Parts: sequence; C-alpha cells; structure tokens
Amino acid sequence: MKTSATDLELAIQMDEAARVAHELRLKRDRQERNGRILKHIFLIIVSCVMLYPLFWLLASSFKPENEIFGSLTLWPSEFQFENYTKGWYALPMSFTVFYVNSAIVTGLSVIGNLVSCSFAAYAFARLNFTGRSFFFALMMMTLMIPYHVVLIPQYVQFLNLGWVDTYLPLVVPRFLASDAFFIFLMVQFFRQLPRELDEAAMIDGCSPFKIYWAIILPLSLPAMGTAAIFSLIWVWEDFLAPLIYLNDIKSYTVPLALRLFLDQEGQSAYGQMFAMSVLSLVPVVIFFVLFQKLIVRGIATSGMK
Amino acid sequence: MKRFFARNAPAYVFLLPWLIGFFLLALGPILASLYLSFTRYDMVSAPRWIGWGNYEYMFTRDRRFWKALEVTFTYVALAVPARLIMALGVAMLLDKGLRTIGLYRAIFYLPSLLGASIAIAILWRQLFAADGVVNQVLAMVGIQGASWITDPDTSLYTLVVLAMWQFGSPMLIFLAGLRGIPRDLYEAAEIDGTPRWRQFTRITLPLLAPVIFFNLVLQTIDSFKTFSSAFIISNGTGAPADSLLFYTVYLFNEAFKFFRMGYASALAWFLLVIIATFTAIAFFTSKYWVHYENERD
Repeated sequence: MKTSATDLELAIQMDEAARVAHELRLKRDRQERNGRILKHIFLIIVSCVMLYPLFWLLASSFKPENEIFGSLTLWPSEFQFENYTKGWYALPMSFTVFYVNSAIVTGLSVIGNLVSCSFAAYAFARLNFTGRSFFFALMMMTLMIPYHVVLIPQYVQFLNLGWVDTYLPLVVPRFLASDAFFIFLMVQFFRQLPRELDEAAMIDGCSPFKIYWAIILPLSLPAMGTAAIFSLIWVWEDFLAPLIYLNDIKSYTVPLALRLFLDQEGQSAYGQMFAMSVLSLVPVVIFFVLFQKLIVRGIATSGMK
Repeated sequence: MKRFFARNAPAYVFLLPWLIGFFLLALGPILASLYLSFTRYDMVSAPRWIGWGNYEYMFTRDRRFWKALEVTFTYVALAVPARLIMALGVAMLLDKGLRTIGLYRAIFYLPSLLGASIAIAILWRQLFAADGVVNQVLAMVGIQGASWITDPDTSLYTLVVLAMWQFGSPMLIFLAGLRGIPRDLYEAAEIDGTPRWRQFTRITLPLLAPVIFFNLVLQTIDSFKTFSSAFIISNGTGAPADSLLFYTVYLFNEAFKFFRMGYASALAWFLLVIIATFTAIAFFTSKYWVHYENERD
C-alpha cells in the first residue's frame, strides 16, 4: 500500500526532524549551562577578591600581634579576644564614650534629615506655590556644592555662636535640610503617588499637613526607609565635619577615635586597632544585610552614591 | 493679596526649614567665602582686603596648588574609568542568564558602603604596606613588591585601587539601565548570527549611553571631593612628597592647620568652579536620564 508507505516515511522524517531539533536544543542548553557555570566561577573569584580585605581585617583583629603581618591566612593560630577587650580601653577614653557620642550624633541627624527633607520634598512634589520651580532649581544646585566651599564661613559662623566642640554644628544643619540629596530622593518618590489622593482628601477638608501626615508619609515608607538608612550610614562614617568641630576627646565620634590609633602608631597595637575598626563597621554591615533591598532600590531609582 | 497668601502659606511653612538652611548654610557661606577669598584672614584679626592677591599667588606662585591639581586630576582620570569599566563589566555579567544575582549584587555593593569609612582607610594602609598582604601575594608569584604607600611613585595607585574596589553603586545604576534594554533586540541579533562583541557595540553601548554618561559625571564630581581616605592614608599631610596632596586635603590644611582662611577660600571657590563645570554638563544633558512618570506641569 503506497500511501501508507509515504505516511510511514513522513512519520519517520518528522520523527527524525524532532530528534534533531531536540538534540540542538539539548546542545544549546548544555552550552548555556556551561556558560552559566563559567560565569559563576568568574563571579565567585571576583567576590573572593572583593571580600578578602574585609575577611583579612576580621581575621587580623583576632590574631596575636606577631601573626598579623607576614601571613595571608584567615585563621588565627589562637583567637586573641584581648584585642577587643584591650582595644576598647586603649585610648584615653573608652570606646563606650565614642559609641555613645556617635549614636547621639547619628540618631539626631537621621531624625533631622527625615523631618526637614520630607517637609521640603512634600512642598516641592505635591503643593503648588509661587516660585516652586525657582526654588527647586536652587535646591538641585546645592546638590553639587562641595562641602569644602561652605566649610570655612560655616566654621566662622559656628565659632562665633560658641558651637565649636558641641554637636550642634553636626546636627542642626540636618534639621535645616542641608543634605539636599534626600529631598531629591523623596521628591522622586512623592511625585509617583497618585494626585487623586490629595484631591480627594482636600475635598474632604483635610489640611495640607494632614495630607502629608496621613497620606503621603504612610505611602512613602520605602523612600523614608531608604533615606533613613543612607543618612544613618553616611553620618556614622562622617569624618570631615567631626574632625573640624570636635576638638575635645570627650566628644569624639568613632571615626575620630580610630584616627587616634594611627597617631600613636609605632608604639601601637595593630590587633587592637583592627578590632576597633571591625566594630566600627559592624553597624553598617548589619543595616546593609537587613535593608539590602531598600538600599539597592534607592540607588537604582535615584541614581546616587 | 490675601488669596495669594492663603494659597502659598502652607507650602512655605513646609519649605521653611530648607529655606533657612539654604540662606544660612549654603547661599550665605558661599557669598562669604567669595568675599573671604579676596582677603587675608587668620581668624585672629579681622579679614583684610587684598584684592586678587590670593588668586594671583595661587595661579602664579603656589607650586603646591598646581601639585594638588595634578594629583587630583590624575586620580580622577584613573579612578573614574577604572571604576566604571569594572562596574559595567560586572553589571553585564549579572544581567544575563543568572537567576541568583542577589547575593553577588550584595557582595559587590558592600565595599561601596564601607569604602568611605576610616576603618577601611586604615585597612588600606596595612594592605599596601611594605610587609602587607599585597606584597605577600606578589611574593608568591615571585614579584618583589614596592613599598606602595610610602613610595611617591606608587602611593596614588593605592587610592585608585580603593576607588575601583567601590564599583558597587555605578554597577547598580548600570544594572537598572541594562534592564531597560528590550530583550528582543538581542534575540533578533542572535538569530541573525551577530557576534557577541558586535551586540555589545551596536546594541548595549548606544542604548546605555545616557546611563554611562550619567555615571561618568556623577563619579567625576564625587572623585573631585575625595577626602577621608586620602587624608588618613597620607597622615593628613598629602605625604609622601605631596604625592597624595588631594585638592581637598590641601584646602583643609591651609584652612585648619595654617589658618590661612582667605587663601583657603580662594582654593574652595576654584574647586566650586571646577565642579560647576562638570555639573553644568550633567544638567544640560539631564533630559536623557531623568524622567518623571507622573509629571504634570
């Protein structure tokens, strides 16, 4: 029967075609998998190189003094917890003082940034007023002004006010929205909220403050969170402003204290210096691990730092 | 008049903290430092007007000023491209075909958060010390390493490496940009048999150009402001042999070590001019990278 023979042939051909296609797909999958594995290997190597300095710092903070240099190993022969206990009291003041100081400055600064910047951002993003674009342009311009340019007159100003050697020069500017970057970040976010919300609330007789407090803020928790974390980390690591305004060791923040270790280098104990360095990074790392998503999204949307 | 007031009052109440800050902490000080830049001022006696004296000295006689410019521009010219190439390369690896990019992204971003801290600057000094980690690694492959930090010929490179280490934030911005490129473009190119590097030069680079440019400007401005790490690694002086005399470090020392406030103000103003130039470029090209989804007016 001729017809069935061609049918059979056709069936065999189709089967063959399917087999070839299947093999091609397998081959492509295999190539892709190999490519992926290669990529992973490469990325893992890069990760190790990136992280090695941090792990070396961590390991050295536990090593006996004579093991720190001249060894690449990340495992101390014996764990020297003394580096931490001694390091904590190695400077004329204990690190308890420095951490309390840093916590005060950082805590107040974060609050200041959140309040003042969200106020300004709300005005820029949601309210209509005469001079809005003008002031917005000014605000964007302040973003680029290097701190060094305003530093000297600010110092003279604060000196005349008798604020040098207090935390006021570090904290008060933050209550005046001096970190304009956060205004920018919040404006970006506030603008994306639907206008209908404000309009409906306005018709219901809500005041602008009520709208800010009851509608905008609750909807903007991710943006507020991002701003809080960034300002926390930046203030915590801030070095220049404390360096200028804090002269008395009693008021030193953690970064200034770490620098004291360097000044007494030579006689100093590297293990202790590393131990205290590790501790100074711990809050940053913890916040990073906890709020990684917010941080990543904040950078991707605002495009900064 | 009354209606004008009623319409604007709430907004200005919200704006008030920023407005006060703007006048007292930004505009006022900027004008004050412009004035101071034409004076001699040591903070003990009142500022004394000397006209263009500071600027004249700066441009014609101050060798350290030129050295600071040289160090800073060299640093910017090396660190920015190094960081951006690293960032783009890794972003492209992470962008395609990997499902578990979260962990890598976190690992690569972490140094950007830590990098500005004093702890890392301290660590860097030790890594590149004569008996430090870097030289031990080099010794394993039989290379006799230099004394990186104390040798004026190499000290700047240790900071360039530190800058490279912090490629995380441009990487994240690149990743966001890469996400915006339509996948079908690559698929079409794949079907046409376009080789990978051509896909890169013909699709990725052109479509990513605004993001690349944005990152370039941002990182350039940022690099001009580098201070803490240079200050710590150079012992606060720009040593060795002024090879780490970053512009900001020089300015700081003139102002707060030698109390030449007038001269330091002139330095500060010149820095503002440099950065303003770069920002102006960014501003006039901003239409390529900023767009608000809910823009009404």
